Amino acid sequence: MNSKSGYNRLFDPMAETGQALDFSQHGLGQKTVGNPFSVKAKMSVRNLNVYYDDKQAIHDVSLDINRNEVMAMIGPSGCGKSTFLRCLNRMNDTIENCNVNGEVTLDEQDIYHKKQDVVPLRARVGIVFQKPNPFPKSIYENVAYGPKVHGLVSRRAQLDEIVEDSLRKASLWDEVKDRLFSPGTGLSGGQQQRLCIARTIAVSPEVILMDEPCSALDPIATARIEELMAELSQNFTIAIVTHSMQQAARVSSRTAYFHMGRLIEVNDTRRVFTNPEHELTEAYITGRFG
Amino acid sequence: MKTPTLIILTLLCAAGAYILVRNRASDIAYRAGKKPALHSLPYYYGMLSALWCALPCLLIVFVWTVLDDYAVHAAIVNLLPESVQALPASEIDLVVNTVINLALYPNALLSSSTPDYLIQAGQDYLRWQQLSQLSLTVVVLVSLFLAFSLCWARIKPKVKARQQVERIFQWALLLCASIAILTTIGIVLSVLFESLRFFQSVSFFEFIFGTHWSPQTALRIDQVGASGAFGAVPLFVGTLLISFIAMLIAVPVGLMSAIYLSEYATPQLRAIVKPMLEILAGIPSVVYGFFAALTVAPFIRQSGGFLGLEVSSESALAAGLVMGVMIIPFVSSLSDDVLKAVPQSLRDGSLGLGATQSETIKRVVIPAALPGIVSGVLLAASRAIGETMIVVMAAGLAAHLTVNPLESVTTITVQIVTLLVGDQEFDSPKTLSAFALGLMLFTVTLALNYVALYVVRQYREEYE
Amino acid sequence: MRKASHKSSTAKVPSTIDLVNRNLAKRKRAEWRFRVYGIGAILFGFICLLILFTDIISKGHGAFFKTQIHLQIHFNPQRLQVLQPGAIEQFNNANYDNVIQDALFADNARISPALLSAVDKRQLLSLISTGAVYSLRETLTDSPGVLNQSVGVWLTVDDDVDNYVKSLAHGGEGYTGRLSQQQQSWVNRWIENGQVRQTFNTTFFTSGDSREPEQAGIRSALMGSLYMLLVTIGLSFPIGIAAAVYLEEYAPINRVTDFIEVNINNLAAVPSIIFGLLGLAIFIGFFDMPRSVPLVGGLVLTLMTLPTIIISSRAAIKAVPSSIRDAAYGLGASKMQVVLHHVLPLAMPGVLTGAIIGFAQALGETAPLLMIGMVAFIVDVPADLMDPSSALPVQIFLWSDSPERAFVERTSAAIMVLLAFLISMNGLAVWLRHRLGRSHQ
Repeated sequence: MNSKSGYNRLFDPMAETGQALDFSQHGLGQKTVGNPFSVKAKMSVRNLNVYYDDKQAIHDVSLDINRNEVMAMIGPSGCGKSTFLRCLNRMNDTIENCNVNGEVTLDEQDIYHKKQDVVPLRARVGIVFQKPNPFPKSIYENVAYGPKVHGLVSRRAQLDEIVEDSLRKASLWDEVKDRLFSPGTGLSGGQQQRLCIARTIAVSPEVILMDEPCSALDPIATARIEELMAELSQNFTIAIVTHSMQQAARVSSRTAYFHMGRLIEVNDTRRVFTNPEHELTEAYITGRFG
Repeated sequence: MKTPTLIILTLLCAAGAYILVRNRASDIAYRAGKKPALHSLPYYYGMLSALWCALPCLLIVFVWTVLDDYAVHAAIVNLLPESVQALPASEIDLVVNTVINLALYPNALLSSSTPDYLIQAGQDYLRWQQLSQLSLTVVVLVSLFLAFSLCWARIKPKVKARQQVERIFQWALLLCASIAILTTIGIVLSVLFESLRFFQSVSFFEFIFGTHWSPQTALRIDQVGASGAFGAVPLFVGTLLISFIAMLIAVPVGLMSAIYLSEYATPQLRAIVKPMLEILAGIPSVVYGFFAALTVAPFIRQSGGFLGLEVSSESALAAGLVMGVMIIPFVSSLSDDVLKAVPQSLRDGSLGLGATQSETIKRVVIPAALPGIVSGVLLAASRAIGETMIVVMAAGLAAHLTVNPLESVTTITVQIVTLLVGDQEFDSPKTLSAFALGLMLFTVTLALNYVALYVVRQYREEYE
Repeated sequence: MRKASHKSSTAKVPSTIDLVNRNLAKRKRAEWRFRVYGIGAILFGFICLLILFTDIISKGHGAFFKTQIHLQIHFNPQRLQVLQPGAIEQFNNANYDNVIQDALFADNARISPALLSAVDKRQLLSLISTGAVYSLRETLTDSPGVLNQSVGVWLTVDDDVDNYVKSLAHGGEGYTGRLSQQQQSWVNRWIENGQVRQTFNTTFFTSGDSREPEQAGIRSALMGSLYMLLVTIGLSFPIGIAAAVYLEEYAPINRVTDFIEVNINNLAAVPSIIFGLLGLAIFIGFFDMPRSVPLVGGLVLTLMTLPTIIISSRAAIKAVPSSIRDAAYGLGASKMQVVLHHVLPLAMPGVLTGAIIGFAQALGETAPLLMIGMVAFIVDVPADLMDPSSALPVQIFLWSDSPERAFVERTSAAIMVLLAFLISMNGLAVWLRHRLGRSHQ
């Protein structure tokens, strides 16, 4: 990061006038500004620290996510926002050298509690990944996968219903209803990502985590997914990581800004983008780095 | 000069040419104060001349040595009396051998009863050989001289020594790469020709569909069924039975250990367990054969007796079990490779939905890796079918048409070994049948390998 | 959690999380079972390995020791039929059986005065190895001064006695085999008198094959294997690298290259016995080379290991970063220079690793050697590539067929020697791979 800011200074026109800030260190020791806490939180995170071996990726982050809101997490690449998101349904458990401490609760239940099983947790907190990752199975089987492994249905008709319902919610039904049994990998990138969303909502989770869901998609596909998020937020709590500030501005109600593993600022989205409290946030949204 | 001396001389001359020509080229190239006056660096001229000296001479020596035998043979035959020349070819060969042996070891073999013409022919043979060796020496020396003077004269700016050396280098590499093709052609030709000769005396359909195999019966020409019985079905069934038992052990165990190692084990555990399992793969099959014959087979026989079962001491079960153990690491390392090729994002997708690890493996990872796993199993099957030493040592010799794993069966490879080990003449159907079996074995394993490699190639392309 | 799920449930149907929790225990058990299968599979492999090694070592360790008895030998020139004093050549043809016989009878007479019947005499004589005469000859040739003197000598015993003594040492009844009661009592008496010792079995490493187990050794087989391995290394290593370099660096992408590639991959999976048939038909049948010689064996093993070496060398060459090639080309190096100066040195550890594993395979290979007639009974140590010889794995195969119990011991010991070679070769390969991994970091 240091070298990066050095690099910026070299090419930043302001550097020559001597006005550039050394953002890499500036203000990092402080507490998060804005409103990270809330009274009606669906999920709340307290003093979260994440390490990969010796390297600390998340420093002491505390944040609440409200019921049925869309919370956006933004920040320069490598700032830890994806790591943070993956902590919310313990996807980091799959990474060998990843160490998490701190408290994360879902409906006041500690999800890192010894007795907490990841299976029901992940059934309640679904995740959509950066790159569409449909299974090499048919479209139908992709959506039916979750209900099947969790044993949510006992009859085929029920399963058909869930598949159709999820595909409709993911606004993919009309495009694929005639080829439900062709491979999911044969769809276009945007369709694949919507398929993955349908696959996630087929389990009817309470929270959906989205890790840069549109980064591999073209603008039209992105627009469809963004529309979809607005609809989904009526029934689900959504946390989305995005590298696009415009997207965060369009879809979210609150926005959290991460920088070098620290949560710098949390506020209403409009506030963050129009009148940020912290100078790092301002520097980021005005495009001084990122 | 003797041939080895000639070869050494040639190589020495090549080395000498390299040094001389390089120094000369270096003198020409860097005449004081001038720019380099040659196309290539001096050592390329050296290398070029070394190659020109060595390669043609070595080729001459090789061809000469091969032809020499035939020429001398023909010459000796010409020297023999006409009565001997009228004999059939195989007997003439014998006479020629006698002549050569007499000439080489007169003290040991010569006796008063040796016919004169043999002694005479022996003397002539020696003279011929001397002459041949002398002319070879002369030819080699002359060509060495020619090559060297040619190269010496061609240290010129016009000569693109580097290009020429590189071209020779590239051709040499191509030659090495094409040895693989030559080997395949060699295999096909050697088994095909002998098999065709076999099918002249035994019909192809009798061989493929016949259920009776006893090639050893042909003791006398006038005997009933003198040519033996060559119905290979019992061998095919025996081979498949033993391979099937082996796969029954190797596939589940190999696959499960690959799954555990690639999906569950920590890197530290993996680093210890994997090489340990690979030791199993490094043990030669003759050791497994010994283990099967002396430890496993008696054990199975005893435990069978304990349970009141009649178990042959050469049961298919013993050979199959041990073969299965041998193939475990093979299946496991092939499966390990394909499991590793399944993208992590698919696992994440499944785990993110709340599937357990085993559900993810069973429902996502294995289906995704299936083509690769299938090809691994096919390769393992081809190995089991072609495995020789275990079955030679632990399976039976007599062909029984049975699928009872407790009985003794024989396999294709066992029969090839028993038919070809020991003295044999190349034209009896008994010997030739081994080549027909070899042809079957080669065809089947080739087909399995081809399908397996094709499948795995498609699979790799899908994920890369 | 139950409380939370009730909050989120909207309809009368049971909520997702209830359903999930209902099946959870069953799924956990399935998960646990699956892991157990995995661990079980690995343990199965380990147990097989363990049984195999224990079996071989317990059967074979005895062969590294041989039993000898101490006898007072009188080198009587009359009995030896060495009549001219000072003529050392006579020692070669002297009759050592006579002096051994005398010594045995004298030894027996010292303890029991009863006269021996003819049968007893024969039985007594058969306790000593027929190879004992060679050690006496050696003693006499080394120090001609002992002629006409009485010297205490340790003589190797017959394999039956060897087995009996070794099994007694392990406790229990003792494996009598073909020994009669009378013979057992003689041996027991020797043991009581302290006339029996176990010593390191040098014969096993210094002599060739023999019909008599106590005289059989692995020297000729080991040398045969060594010669073959030399031929294989000398041919397959350079050819394999050259082919790999061609395919990776030079070959145009076309049908021919593709065909070569498919061919090599297929050859790597062709059963080894087929290579034996190739050797038999081409080298012996067509080129008229002699049977049972290391040269032909080495050629066959070369063809067999080539595909393995080519494949692993290609992988090693492929792993050399293309930036290095680009850098060298950028400086104006020619293709040959890039390959010889940059690519090959960097790929060499990987190439060596693959090649060593290939050579280890070749060293343990048996089936193709049977095809080219390397199953002969070879006593003499081969002197060069064209001398008939055996090979270590073939020797194992031949001995494993022999009924004598002592040969089982020797077979196992030969296996131990073979495995020691193979494991050290593979260890070398693993070490190289390890070093390679570190140097690339």
